[in-house]
Amino acid sequence: MAGASKAVADSRANLPFVYRQYSAEQLRNVLYKMYLIRRFEEGAEECYTRGLIHGTMHLSIGQEASAMGICMPLAEDDQITSTHRGHGHCIAKGAEVKRMFAEFFGKTTGYCKGRGGSMHIADVGKGNLGANGIVGGGIPIAVGAALSAKMMKTGKVVVSFFGDGANNEGAFHEALNMASVWKLPVIFVCENNGYGMSTSTARSTAVKNIAERAAAYSMPGVIVNGNIFSEVAEASYKAVERARAGEGPTLIESKTYRHRGHSKSDRNRYRSKEEIEDWMSNRDPITLFESELREFGFIDDKGIEAIRGAVAQEIADGIEFAKASPSPDVRDTGNYVYTEQA
Amino acid sequence: MDAMVRELSYAQAIQEAMAIAMDMDECVFLMGEDIGVYGGAFQVTGDLVDRFGSERVIDTPISELGGAGMAVGAALTGMRPIFEFQFSDFATLAMEQIVNQAAKMRFMLGGEVSVPVVMRFPAGSGTGAAAQHSQSLEAWLGHVPGLKVIQPATPYDAKGMLLAAVADPDPVMIFEHKLLYKMKGPVPEGYYTVPIGKADIRREGRDLTIVATSIMVHKALDAAAALEAEGIDIEVIDLRTIRPMDKQTVIDSVKKTSRLMCVYEAVKTLGIGAEVSAMIAESEAFDYLDAPIVRLGGAETPIPYNPELEKAVVPQVPDIIAAARDLVKGVR
Repeated sequence: MAGASKAVADSRANLPFVYRQYSAEQLRNVLYKMYLIRRFEEGAEECYTRGLIHGTMHLSIGQEASAMGICMPLAEDDQITSTHRGHGHCIAKGAEVKRMFAEFFGKTTGYCKGRGGSMHIADVGKGNLGANGIVGGGIPIAVGAALSAKMMKTGKVVVSFFGDGANNEGAFHEALNMASVWKLPVIFVCENNGYGMSTSTARSTAVKNIAERAAAYSMPGVIVNGNIFSEVAEASYKAVERARAGEGPTLIESKTYRHRGHSKSDRNRYRSKEEIEDWMSNRDPITLFESELREFGFIDDKGIEAIRGAVAQEIADGIEFAKASPSPDVRDTGNYVYTEQA
Repeated sequence: MDAMVRELSYAQAIQEAMAIAMDMDECVFLMGEDIGVYGGAFQVTGDLVDRFGSERVIDTPISELGGAGMAVGAALTGMRPIFEFQFSDFATLAMEQIVNQAAKMRFMLGGEVSVPVVMRFPAGSGTGAAAQHSQSLEAWLGHVPGLKVIQPATPYDAKGMLLAAVADPDPVMIFEHKLLYKMKGPVPEGYYTVPIGKADIRREGRDLTIVATSIMVHKALDAAAALEAEGIDIEVIDLRTIRPMDKQTVIDSVKKTSRLMCVYEAVKTLGIGAEVSAMIAESEAFDYLDAPIVRLGGAETPIPYNPELEKAVVPQVPDIIAAARDLVKGVR
């Protein structure tokens, strides 16, 4: 997906990976999407507070660079499995926010026709095989999808997103082992935001870095700063190349942070205000990427304002779409349990 | 054209069905522990690896959860995996993927996907393998909307129902009683299916309906044959599918015989017998009942090792004969 011309490429020779690899338009679109994820989460949160969305949700504010960086080198028909904190992955893989809002509102126009909600958000048409309510549940499924890709020779690669909590599930270990034994085209992406609900990785995980666990399964383990888009995208790019070449899986540990609590029930008693404030003020992924784009001359203040305005409009339109959409008929509770036979 | 009918064992019938399915559709493949050169713990896959290669007859590591999850993921993305649990007991390690993922994926995604996975579960006692290799857990999975759960009792049904399962767009769980693997019966060559969700009346009778599953079908038939000499005429229904259950066949039979007994190997409490009994109690057949419903199921205990004890904890032919006689003669 090299968008930069030769002359432009030469002028960018000393810049970080993404500025050499992608066109200015592509990079501005990344900023757009990162804002779209942020404002989507904020919009969903507000709708929840106002009682328009019920249940619970797990917001990925602060993890936008991780979702966008991993998905950047993926083709449209490459596939992902996602997590309970999966709104950002869904948008990064190409979903429309209006249909995501509609799903959260429980409407028939939602991606899952109101049957899944936040925790099962999916967009199969864009290769998102679904978020998952079970920690680690999507990891073996991603390996199975990669097995399909290999057996059907489609050339697809599959990304399995999961959190730091999942790395202590048996499914993680079984799946990594099999993916490595069979050299399947899958990329394991651990978004390590430091806490599995309230329990820190320091208290729960025997290794300092989750990427170290790659050694046990004979695959590369890569640690990236998950809040720096270019670092994440570069690691993903290399892992995708390796997977597509038939060389097997990679484990990427994307170290990041969630600004909000685990879910709507979180009283935030396991981390300090100072810690949260530090991540929000000094390591916000959108601020970091936006500053770089400005510094390297890919965008100016006017361009940034235009993006923010367009994102705000798309979010507002999405919420209106969701509000105006019809609810499912209660007589249809039995739909989709089994395939309807003609 | 009449297909040539041969005598095949139940295991051979399953193997033949898998070979036909793989010949017909290159997306069909097998996964499981030691199903390749070893041929499977019960030799059900046998020499299929020689014919289809190790890329379509895949030996997995001993990773039931991961393996089942891979089968789910492969099914979700266009393949047609047939996954063998070495023993049905080991499926307890994979319940997450079966119950939370395979069963619910289509529903959670609003009908946008389907999961055409087939899982095979060698089940049941009688092999001296003790408590962790002898269970009958089909009712666990029968409780989960989104799954289909079948228990073929004959070689003919084993082949036809497996081919129906492979053609089915939804996850189908096949419980195969290990003592049936060597049982022989007539099996036509070539492709045919036996529908999922349809019970079979194995023996017609007027005095009592016995609803049985899997190996208990044969025990019930033996009991019915023995009681014929006493003038007791028993109808034996092979339920074949426990989800979705063929209610009408059972209702019609009970309306005819006015008596119902359920015979199954799994632990009696909260099992198939409870479901069939309650279904009849809720149906128009209730008014036709002349006697209380009787359930014969497994004892409330793990399966013991000692062979005499092992036999004692699941219904045997004399138990069925005694209970049926009492029921028809009004002793109960």
